[in-house]
Amino acid sequence: MEKTSDIAGKTKEIVKKHGGNKSSLIAILQEIQGAFNYLPQEALKAAGNALGIPASRIYEVATFYNAFSLKPRGEHIVKICMGTACHVRGASAIQDKMERTIGIKPGETSADKKFTLETVNCVGACALGPVVVIDTEYNGQMTMAKVDKIIGKLKEGAQQS
Amino acid sequence: MIKINDAKALRQIQNQIKESYDPQKKLVTICAGTGCRGYDCIRVKEALEAEISKQNINVEIRATGCFGFCEKGPLIVVHPQKIFYQQVKEKDVADIVTKTVMQGEVIEKLLYRDPVSSETVMKEEDVPFYKKQKRLVFGSNGIIDPTLIESYLAIGGYSALAKALSEMSPEGIIDEIKKASLRGRGGGGFLAGNKWEGCRKAHGSPKYIIANGDEGDPGAYMDRSLMEGNPHSIIEGMIIGAYAIGANEGYIYVRNEYPLAVLHLTMAISSARESGLLGKNILNSNFNFDVSINKGGGAFVCGESSALFASIEGRAGEPRAKYIHAVEKGLWDKPTVLNNVETWANVPLIINQGADWYGSIGTEKSKGTKIFSLVGKINNTGLIEVPMGITLREIVYDMGGGIPKGRKFKAVQTGGPSGGCIPESLLDLQVDFDKLYEVGSMMGSGGMIVMDDRSCMVDVAKYFLAFLQEESCGKCVPCREGVRRMREILEDICAGKGKEGDIDLLEKMSQAIADGSLCALGGSAPNPVLSTIKYFREEYDAHIKNHRCPAGVCKALITYSIDPEKCTGCGLCIKVCPTQATSGEKKKAHTINNDLCTRCGACIESCKFDAINVE
Repeated sequence: MEKTSDIAGKTKEIVKKHGGNKSSLIAILQEIQGAFNYLPQEALKAAGNALGIPASRIYEVATFYNAFSLKPRGEHIVKICMGTACHVRGASAIQDKMERTIGIKPGETSADKKFTLETVNCVGACALGPVVVIDTEYNGQMTMAKVDKIIGKLKEGAQQS
Repeated sequence: MIKINDAKALRQIQNQIKESYDPQKKLVTICAGTGCRGYDCIRVKEALEAEISKQNINVEIRATGCFGFCEKGPLIVVHPQKIFYQQVKEKDVADIVTKTVMQGEVIEKLLYRDPVSSETVMKEEDVPFYKKQKRLVFGSNGIIDPTLIESYLAIGGYSALAKALSEMSPEGIIDEIKKASLRGRGGGGFLAGNKWEGCRKAHGSPKYIIANGDEGDPGAYMDRSLMEGNPHSIIEGMIIGAYAIGANEGYIYVRNEYPLAVLHLTMAISSARESGLLGKNILNSNFNFDVSINKGGGAFVCGESSALFASIEGRAGEPRAKYIHAVEKGLWDKPTVLNNVETWANVPLIINQGADWYGSIGTEKSKGTKIFSLVGKINNTGLIEVPMGITLREIVYDMGGGIPKGRKFKAVQTGGPSGGCIPESLLDLQVDFDKLYEVGSMMGSGGMIVMDDRSCMVDVAKYFLAFLQEESCGKCVPCREGVRRMREILEDICAGKGKEGDIDLLEKMSQAIADGSLCALGGSAPNPVLSTIKYFREEYDAHIKNHRCPAGVCKALITYSIDPEKCTGCGLCIKVCPTQATSGEKKKAHTINNDLCTRCGACIESCKFDAINVE
């Protein structure tokens, strides 16, 4: 866990990189999330102070956009595509299976902090549906058997490291 | 990169690059779009490169944008013979290099095989999926390296810009776009030329140009493939548009979910800047223009113009009332032209080849081509570019190859969450902006999701309302609360708790939500419900009156059973069942206890003998 002062320091650097520009708020938040994997409260406060934007407005933006998370996320981010093409090819069955396999619901992070489960409204890889994106890897034509295989492998990897 | 100072220098550089390419030089292009990356095409590319260097031969391996035929990826083409290979694996690479690249020998098993005639097809353009296409905007995707501006210049890239800046006046450009009747490809289908003219005439400065790459419609990914595969065509269109309306600053708003598009656009912008095609005094015309990229935050509503402006301004993406058009007061309340990325990519074509030529393609009021993503329950999934006016039947059967596993076509959904489901009786509909609207759907950004008899239309309507409820920004009460209430009614219907009068109530609420919402998200939110009621009312009735889901989708209304004739007693369904609902002895027909069964589908997926029935 990073110390509060480190988080504030890093956030100030990011704000500075964007020239302290208020209109760059979304880009700044994206970069903060890139650095910490989520938006820590201290970072939001620091960004607000540095930009001169009230905390309420930062909170509004941070909660409006789906891409932002106010909670720490796991080592692997599992995104289940819920686009129409994936839906008609059985995405909800894949979602149920994923929930059972990892033991969490969308929006949650597993107790061992290895997995965060998210649903996303179309990742734009419709020909491969149903699609699950794990970190940056696209897993197409998903089946329930594939869920076991992929998550099993990641769990094993997690145990080894 | 050399600085390109004027139109003449551009022509010289284009020629130099063209001449430096030896047409007889061996070249292998490999599709590196997101779809093929999902099939590990990057490994195939690396294996090709390794094989080339192992054999110490002079062959170029070029990773390009999406070829479109995503169903059969990874795809490669061996030039100059243009031999088209599909579903290429790493283990095929040595053979491809030794036999095809070096000796011109065709490897039969890697060719496309027509499922009906069983004959193989050697060239891409002869594959039925491509045959009826007219790939004006999308065609270059398969030949250029999107990370190199030289690759775009080699096919005559930026010629339209040179022509516009050196031979045409801003008004002349606008006239040409108006004459071409170019309509916005993002969904609304507004005439781009009218927007440009309104913005040029509007008072206020600075003026802005924006490319909308926030492709939010689920089931659509053509904009992504354009941004990834041919980013310079979008930038070229934007510079021409900026010159026409008098803007010096532009933005490309890209979805957060499209990292490769952001990367390729960033590379394209910086190389265009280095060569002087963006920046000050472009091609010695005294015209200045530059572009920056804004990444979205994963909000569907930001595809709507005023929400998109709010997002670029660093605020939550809530739409606002449009008493005044964006062309007068858009981004930062300044005159703004917002067009979809595909619209921008059409602009260089019109400038190069003229409005008359462009107007010769398409229907009376919808000119040119449109890129569609053909996905869902269809044999040949992928991206197709077709002239406006082609029929749905040609798309679904001639290009798409029909429905998998011999199932029956039920509907094609177009227009994303604002669109509708079109039934079989309308398959001969000529696809254009107005025809789709007339039947209760719309063009949208071009998603076409095909559904078969195992797709439940009530479930589809419920799916879209769930999507819209999640994506509603919450500003207008009818949209925020109404869509939620409609979703609840549909959930009840799917759970077997539907009531007499539900359909009437849904129709009434649809009207209220459409009337009482500020933006198109709410305004068109009821469309998926209204179009499914209109064309598939009997499915709603079956759910409400008979507590049946004819498609076998709604879990509360179906039961699983095992066909004892087909079951071999292999035990696989017992192994995969999460609730121990399946049971039976080895080599004897198994059974399912429906009290324990959650209808998760695991047994169906595992059964190799198709022995599980859904009723």
